Amino acid sequence: MSENYGVILVHSTSYAIRAESVLNQAGLPSKLIPVPRHLSSDCGVCVRIERADQEAALQALAAAGVETEQYHEI
Amino acid sequence: MIYFDNAATSWPKPPGVAEAMVHFIDDVGANPGRSAHRLAVESGRIVYGAREAVAELFKASDPLRVVFGHNVTEALNLALRGLLHAGDHVVTSSMEHNSMMRPLRALEEQGVELTVVQCSPEGLLDPAGVEAAVQANTVMIALNHASNVVGTLLPVAEAAGIARDHGLLLLVDAAQTGGAYPIDVQADGIDLLAFTGHKSLCGPMGTGGLIVDERVDVAQMEPLKRGGTGSRSEREEQPDFLPDMCESGTPNAVGLAGLGAGVQWVLERGVDAIRAHEVILAQRLINGLLGIRGVTVYGGLDATRQTATVSFNVAGRAPSDIGLLLDEEFGIMCRVGLHCAPAAHRTIGTFPTGTVRFGLSAFNTSEEVDAAVAAVGQLARETPQ
Repeated sequence: MSENYGVILVHSTSYAIRAESVLNQAGLPSKLIPVPRHLSSDCGVCVRIERADQEAALQALAAAGVETEQYHEI
Repeated sequence: MIYFDNAATSWPKPPGVAEAMVHFIDDVGANPGRSAHRLAVESGRIVYGAREAVAELFKASDPLRVVFGHNVTEALNLALRGLLHAGDHVVTSSMEHNSMMRPLRALEEQGVELTVVQCSPEGLLDPAGVEAAVQANTVMIALNHASNVVGTLLPVAEAAGIARDHGLLLLVDAAQTGGAYPIDVQADGIDLLAFTGHKSLCGPMGTGGLIVDERVDVAQMEPLKRGGTGSRSEREEQPDFLPDMCESGTPNAVGLAGLGAGVQWVLERGVDAIRAHEVILAQRLINGLLGIRGVTVYGGLDATRQTATVSFNVAGRAPSDIGLLLDEEFGIMCRVGLHCAPAAHRTIGTFPTGTVRFGLSAFNTSEEVDAAVAAVGQLARETPQ
């Protein structure tokens, strides 16, 4: 796996899909991936983004009212 | 063949509904919100798309406030059993379907106090009667948006004003109106909107849900069932956020794929255009039936104040006879009897015999209405008065 990614953890798949849509509209590349085991034992998905986009992505999500839980570099 | 049983389930469905369901079964198939592989994510996107479409149609503040379930009955049970406690008082109407009345009667056994406000024989509810019923322990007004028996619209806007004035929640059963009559949960002041997918939202059976708007204290809401949600899996306790807290277990994702397509069709056609079409058909049907000697038409007889559902009887004939003859001799499908709404039939004076009900949809035509009126006319003439 690339070292240039970060992941945004969200409450559920619905939030992940909404986040993906918001990031897509903001022109920020993202992909929904399984939550890495070392971050959470959750069986759900999280949003993988480019590390360089962290600030822009979190701002776009906050502006769109998408609640996020945590951000981690992976 | 003329299908006039749309108040029970709409048919035919718009183009795109079956296609969306076949696409889901053939090409997607995976469990939404569980795994994270591409098919599971696509499945989740389809379910979320249906959530967005429903939120857009009913102007919900947030798609995540749309809780999906199997039908309006489940949604009403969630709203009533999830929010009411012994000692609370609820105001409802005498035009309710059993999907509202039975859970309320069961709650009454458990100590919830209930006032059923009497409607007029036309099925109309006077908002003053609702306000007069409010007491110190009232927490909710629970109303049918439109009668499934005679189509009459209940005064939801006035009820919302009363709910606001007295700090109550307004629960609306939109089984008969969702997709056929404009609904804006925020502008209309509806706190809880129960809807079903298989009527005017043009989706398949086994889909429906509850919009839980912002005035509802979700922390105080009890889910009907608990279980796996695909979220917070490290915890053995139920999640506390919408919609997951109320959506345990694998959903009817193939059905929701169809519902999404059905609601998309409604959005594209426009509720106002659908409503205008149905008002014209309903008034044509009412006028046609009123012109037949021996036929009694129930309700307000004004299509602008009701849905396109019309109940009638032919003097000297049981509704069941008329229903059978319409099917066998004329190829007209309708529903006869009490329509799961004994309170409504008592109100309009047709209990326990019931009525013959024609439920029209966006897909019916004036030619079909004229053919049905002619068929009822022939049956009435053949009946000794």
